[in-house]
Amino acid sequence: MLTINNLHVKLEAEDKVILKGVDLVIEPGTVHAIMGPNGSGKSTLSYVLSGRDGYEVTDGSATLDGADILEMEPEERAAAGLFLAFQYPVEIPGVGNMTFLRTAVNAQRKARGQEEMSAADFLKVIREKAKTLQIDADMLKRPVNVGFSGGEKKRNEILQMAMLEPKMCILDETDSGLDVDAMKLVSDGVNALRDAGRSFLVITHYQRLLDHIKPDVVHIMADGRIIKSGGPELALEVEQNGYADLLAAAEAV
Amino acid sequence: MARADLKLDATEARIATLDLPKGGTWITAARSDALARLRAMGLPARRDEYWRYTRPETLTQADAPAAALFDSKEPQVFDTVDRLRIVFVDGVFDAAASDDLTLAGVEIERLETAAQADIHWAKDLYGVLETRGQTPVDRPLAALNSAYATDGVLIRVTGHAPKPISLIYTHKSEASDAILHHVVRLEKGAEMTLLENGPAAARFNKVLEVEVADGARFHHIRAQGRDHERRAATHIFARLGAESQFKSFTLTVNGVLTRNEAVIEMTGDDAVAHIAGAAMGDGAFHHDDTVFVTHDALRCESRQVYKKVLRNGAVGVFQGKILVKEGAQKTDGYQISQSLLLDGDSQFLAKPELEIYADDVACSHGSTSGAIDMDALYYLRSRGVPKKDATDLLVLSFLAEAVEEIEDEDLRDEIVSRLTGWLARRGG
Repeated sequence: MLTINNLHVKLEAEDKVILKGVDLVIEPGTVHAIMGPNGSGKSTLSYVLSGRDGYEVTDGSATLDGADILEMEPEERAAAGLFLAFQYPVEIPGVGNMTFLRTAVNAQRKARGQEEMSAADFLKVIREKAKTLQIDADMLKRPVNVGFSGGEKKRNEILQMAMLEPKMCILDETDSGLDVDAMKLVSDGVNALRDAGRSFLVITHYQRLLDHIKPDVVHIMADGRIIKSGGPELALEVEQNGYADLLAAAEAV
Repeated sequence: MARADLKLDATEARIATLDLPKGGTWITAARSDALARLRAMGLPARRDEYWRYTRPETLTQADAPAAALFDSKEPQVFDTVDRLRIVFVDGVFDAAASDDLTLAGVEIERLETAAQADIHWAKDLYGVLETRGQTPVDRPLAALNSAYATDGVLIRVTGHAPKPISLIYTHKSEASDAILHHVVRLEKGAEMTLLENGPAAARFNKVLEVEVADGARFHHIRAQGRDHERRAATHIFARLGAESQFKSFTLTVNGVLTRNEAVIEMTGDDAVAHIAGAAMGDGAFHHDDTVFVTHDALRCESRQVYKKVLRNGAVGVFQGKILVKEGAQKTDGYQISQSLLLDGDSQFLAKPELEIYADDVACSHGSTSGAIDMDALYYLRSRGVPKKDATDLLVLSFLAEAVEEIEDEDLRDEIVSRLTGWLARRGG
């Protein structure tokens, strides 16, 4: 599904190198988690993959089902099936949530050569999906993320994911700012989307989210590289011992 | 020669090209008073305080610069709205193209007809609200209008108008120089919606005087567009009674020079005045909103919401003032003027003013200029919305606060569809 090979990235503005050779292969239907200390490059990885401005890829590659995504515009990556759930979803006053989602769904369908979804069909689908995420009609009508609580914003991200049906989902610290109940709700939303053709990359600081969204593989990222990969037990190890031992071991190599 | 003399010479040169229209006693008096006002102040010149950002020459010179006719297959705005249509072609009432001027609870009369009478109810308003609006800031083009307007409508509303009254302007001559003057009087508790749209003339000078009596409600939605070479100076003078409401929204697209002035005087307690504008300019576009709201009563609320989207060298101007007179306690005044500059060539000039002589008031104002929010653009694109469409969505988002001032949902949708269409016709 997603193959990242020796990815090097620097900030365009400051000439600061953030990613220093990331290698990652995500198979279809699997859930990978990335943990790591602040500043290790986790969020940068998600931004570079989704096409945010301000980063320069100096070496390496990233492909989605064989297609080079780094050459694509953000909207082309989305149409190719990549989705990033933002750590800080952006507020867009004056644009209704529903209008925004319908525009996005139909833009992607158009880009893939599919027919646009009718207003009636769209309404039916979104109502159903919103219900399971406990998103009420009012939240669908309100301007995108404006006045939403932290939990509502994250649920709204998952709703977008459910409507857009991407094949590669990246969740950037989706658990930040969530209380226990909201985390359960969001995780249930994510788990409902798990299937053989869809993969997830979950970026988090805390093992707690991974109790709800069970990963197949856990990676530890530090200083712009993945320094260790393992099973779910790796997340527990971090939770108990912190990153110090892992970082020291990586230094020693 | 001194500046003042030059100004008076220019004024006389302009006056020389015009004839005072003939009429009955009431209007003849109003016209000669207006002419005296105009002569006393002189036409606007570049160095006048309120003409620093907008060059008045083409509005004041003797002959109107020619303006090409705009050809569009797009249906006109408000076409689908059930309304009473009053059509003006190059500034002249067109009875054949207009609907029958009868509407329950409303008296509608053509200015030219009413002007032949010796007495008329409009005597208390025609040129009167304009005169009140001449202090403390001169508005010479409005005085010129009161003196020389040949046509317009006089509307007296006694009940709830069952449908909007729609003034439709049509531009058929490349050299037309039109002066229209409308007077609207809403009696106590009356309500009406006034729509205005269409290119009026190569050069257009329009005054709208509105008296909103106690408890009455006036809604005004105007669309200026479909004429890229438009040169227009428009004035609204409104006086509000107790517990009355005045809501006015203007959409402006294109036009080489548009100056929209609004002078609103709140004289009755608990009145509400909202005035808003959304303007989109691309290239040779200069749009000026000059607004003056006076609070002279208790607990009145006023809002000025102006948004401009500018690109390819377009220029936007906002001069907005809130004056709170002595004793106008519990005033709630709000003013916002913002521009979205889509490139580095465009320009927004703003002069917000507050002048307050009461000590228990809440007044806020703000003015900003900015570019498209890159985070928002990235967010939309990451959801698959192409850059052009995402930018358009953000433009609509920027204009939303102004557009939301339109209370009627259908009319608001009609305006949004115009904005969407305008954006869609333009490249990224």
